[in-house]
Amino acid sequence: MTAQSLPAPAELTREAPGLGGFNLTVLKLEVRRLLRNRRTVIFSVLAPSVLFLAFGLNKAYASQSAGLGSHGNVSAFIMISMALYGAVLATTSGGAMVSIERAAGWSRQLRLTPLSPTAYITIKILTAMILGAASVIVVYAVGRLTGKPSMPGYLWIVTALCVWVGSLVFAAFGLFMGYLLPTENVMQILGFGLMLLSFAGGLFIPLSQFPHILQDLAQWTPLYGLNQLVHAPLLGVGVHMAWVLNAVAWLLIFAGGAVWRFRKDTARV
Amino acid sequence: MADERGRRPTGSGQPAAIALRGVRKHFGAVQAVRDIDLDVAPGEIVAFLGPNGAGKTSTIDIILGLSQPSGGSVEVFGMQPRQAIARGLVSAVMQTGGLLRDLTVRETAEYTASLFVQATPVDEALTRAGITAIADRRVGKCSGGEQQRLRFAMALLSDPELLILDEPTTGMDVEGRRSFWGSIRHDAARGRTVLFATHYLEEADAYADRIILLRHGQIVADGTSGEVKAMAAGRTVRATMASPDQARLSAIPGADSVEVRGDTLLIHSSDSDAVARYLLTNTPARDLEINTRGLEDAFIALTSDDSDTPAGGSR
Repeated sequence: MTAQSLPAPAELTREAPGLGGFNLTVLKLEVRRLLRNRRTVIFSVLAPSVLFLAFGLNKAYASQSAGLGSHGNVSAFIMISMALYGAVLATTSGGAMVSIERAAGWSRQLRLTPLSPTAYITIKILTAMILGAASVIVVYAVGRLTGKPSMPGYLWIVTALCVWVGSLVFAAFGLFMGYLLPTENVMQILGFGLMLLSFAGGLFIPLSQFPHILQDLAQWTPLYGLNQLVHAPLLGVGVHMAWVLNAVAWLLIFAGGAVWRFRKDTARV
Repeated sequence: MADERGRRPTGSGQPAAIALRGVRKHFGAVQAVRDIDLDVAPGEIVAFLGPNGAGKTSTIDIILGLSQPSGGSVEVFGMQPRQAIARGLVSAVMQTGGLLRDLTVRETAEYTASLFVQATPVDEALTRAGITAIADRRVGKCSGGEQQRLRFAMALLSDPELLILDEPTTGMDVEGRRSFWGSIRHDAARGRTVLFATHYLEEADAYADRIILLRHGQIVADGTSGEVKAMAAGRTVRATMASPDQARLSAIPGADSVEVRGDTLLIHSSDSDAVARYLLTNTPARDLEINTRGLEDAFIALTSDDSDTPAGGSR
């Protein structure tokens, strides 16, 4: 195609929007859509709180320290695990919404508007992160109400932020899967997959209770590094480079995959 | 509302609404669009008419920048399609899809409107599309016709200079189709350039100033409804004749095609008088009948598979 531009008359000199069309109306509507999806809300916001109530309130946990040198009890440890599980489900669901939007032809429709692909992806990630924040806040609020988790006040905030920021890895995962899997039932597959990854990451059962060979394998899975990192402030342990590498490597893999599929998608349609 | 901008072609330096030069598109070995040249002046109402697989949608996708041509150049108001879309100069009503079931009609319009620098008020677009009454209904609960009106409302939001409709009434009943076209026509009276694809002859005939007939990814006719009909018009001369010689009959001045069925002879011609005169004076033909081809036949004549051209791709 040639790119010659003739001088345009006044009525043709309209402007394209700034920020590729990104705006708060769209963000508001996207969050509203996500909250309207009952299944998403139940699985990613309510279920983690219910799991915490089921497993985090054991009488012994309230009095038991989370570990040698730790700043809190086992109940707080489990609350952080469940918040991570919820945030990961939430951000994955948010990212995977692109699958439904592609199936519905909405992505194609948006290409008939000024919205740039980058702005669209930004909106998807922000929406996913907002739902992730809701999930963390609800789990922590439920924890607070039960009065069982115990850790210094600043650690409530620090660990919650760590969980929330860490769940960005899974917003990228959701996007990648959303572009990879062309199904409307993408979350049913991902829900099961995330459950397995959560076991492998040690969110439900401490990895020390697994056979050695499984422990070794588990260290390569995407939730392992994040799970270790978000608990480190509570346990008062130093951050291992391996944990950071695990989280960063998976972020790069998921984001790279999403960009790759996304490019393919925009070229194809 | 009474916004008469009078955007009919001025003949001055205004760029064409659409300018295609040698545009081609193939999907693998399938040639969907072959070497199309097209200029649409601002203010024209143009119909792309053709059977399924003629290349209508492929060409529209290229004009909208949804797909890249395999060759040739595309300009919309002198810009790349994507630039024209980003400025809100072009919008389109697609055949199906493109809606989110979990938003309401109004939310869908708000979403779309928020993306443009200059947007028509949402309520005004809903009114013009005739869907104010269902503004708070979820899109998933709307009928096909209502969804199509919503697509139309969305296309109006940017107040585009060029509106493209790809078979907009597919799946609508007769009444829905009529009232949908009523809205479009009412809107087009304001001077907007409109290009629509259809395989309904009546739609092209009733609503377009100019009809472009596509077949196998090529333009086979381009003109007013009357001109296109005339191109394919002509009459059929039918006669009875013992052992007709097809080769010799094909040479009759004015005969476009000759068909022999036993003793019956069918000659399609744009000058039936000449053919009839020839038959009666130079051959033993008798029982002559002369019939006019209808609009339907004109369409079939221009778009049917009467040559060895490989089938065009439909997408």
